[in-house]
Amino acid sequence: MRIVVASGKGGTGKTTVATSLAQVATEGYAVRFLDCDVEAPNAELFLHPSLDVHLDVGVQVPRVDAQTCTYCGTCAEICRFNAIAVVGETTLVFDDLCHGCGSCTWMCPEQAITEHLFVTGTIDSGITPDGIAFARGLMNVGQAMGVPILRELKKRAPAATSAATGVRRALEIRDAPPGASCPVVETMRGADFVLFVTEPTPFGLHDLKQVAAIARELSIPAGVVVNRDGIGDDAVDAYCAESDLPILLRIPMNRCIAEAIAAGRTLVETDAVYRSQFKNLLERILTEVPQ
Amino acid sequence: MKVAISIAGETPDAPFDARFGRAESFCLAETDTGAWTLHANPALSAAGGAGVLAAQFIARLGAQAVVSGAYGPKAYRTLSAAHIDCFLAPGNEVRSAAEILDAFTAGSLTPADGATHGGHHGD
Repeated sequence: MRIVVASGKGGTGKTTVATSLAQVATEGYAVRFLDCDVEAPNAELFLHPSLDVHLDVGVQVPRVDAQTCTYCGTCAEICRFNAIAVVGETTLVFDDLCHGCGSCTWMCPEQAITEHLFVTGTIDSGITPDGIAFARGLMNVGQAMGVPILRELKKRAPAATSAATGVRRALEIRDAPPGASCPVVETMRGADFVLFVTEPTPFGLHDLKQVAAIARELSIPAGVVVNRDGIGDDAVDAYCAESDLPILLRIPMNRCIAEAIAAGRTLVETDAVYRSQFKNLLERILTEVPQ
Repeated sequence: MKVAISIAGETPDAPFDARFGRAESFCLAETDTGAWTLHANPALSAAGGAGVLAAQFIARLGAQAVVSGAYGPKAYRTLSAAHIDCFLAPGNEVRSAAEILDAFTAGSLTPADGATHGGHHGD
């Protein structure tokens, strides 16, 4: 069971919701948490994992053997990203444009191309005090592509270990990056449910519509958490009603919550009332997902 | 020799285009005879690596020199590998390709001895 927490708009409370959901889920599940915001991961500030395993990841980029290359230009022609150029008797590779699709290697008539790892980031993982198997992707400064790191994060993050109390069902929670771009799509890919965190403002609604469209396109069931409930207007409620998006939880606009988050505490650690609310949220999600 | 000039249009009287990778067209002029041909830039709508694609394009056209307003690091590396000399003309003056060609022939254009900016990828 894989749940993605997404929002579109930044700063709406994705990490706030994802970390609390993960904490209450440990009561019944072996939980794995993936921080998918590879440009600015921050869930570790709330879950406090000991990040002691580090794995270099990146893109498989082409290297051309000058002895074998006939400068026919097939590789440059096939590359959608102009990451490889053939001029005269020179073949140039631009690692930072390469998406690692492998087309050039595949199409080279001389088999002059081999692939090598171009490191663009790391996957850091470890266990949290709650027993959550935590992993985050972290993109190196100056890199522009998060998706290859996300693919590796989903594939290579250590699985949740069964808790000492016996074998439990595995539950994965993915904290999505903000926006509605390729990394968000990659985060949602393969998920069973998407939880949208939004705020009841025109900004929240605008971006909610974008990410909701992605979830629809990927045929993933979805629900909404309204954060900072009480500000803004009713447009988010109206949109959710007409789009068959159930509002599963409302978190009020409350200074105490802001202070707790700023101090690195999760919602369920802040107030016992949220522990029961997040348990209900998790149960609601499980009923929304066709088993 | 053949010189490629980036222009913002599809006619020889189109003004100079200071962009290289995203130039609308290239005017390829033969300095000895003054004969020219026009070529739409295939990199204009490239998803990325426009400079790389435009550089390969003018290399295939047989240009030995190019005049534009700026060169990114990847475009410059590709043009250098193709042994094409890069020249700069100021992009803030409206000039025709013919005027640029005159300035080039007179030797009054500044050669670019490296990329003029950090590139656009990832912005």
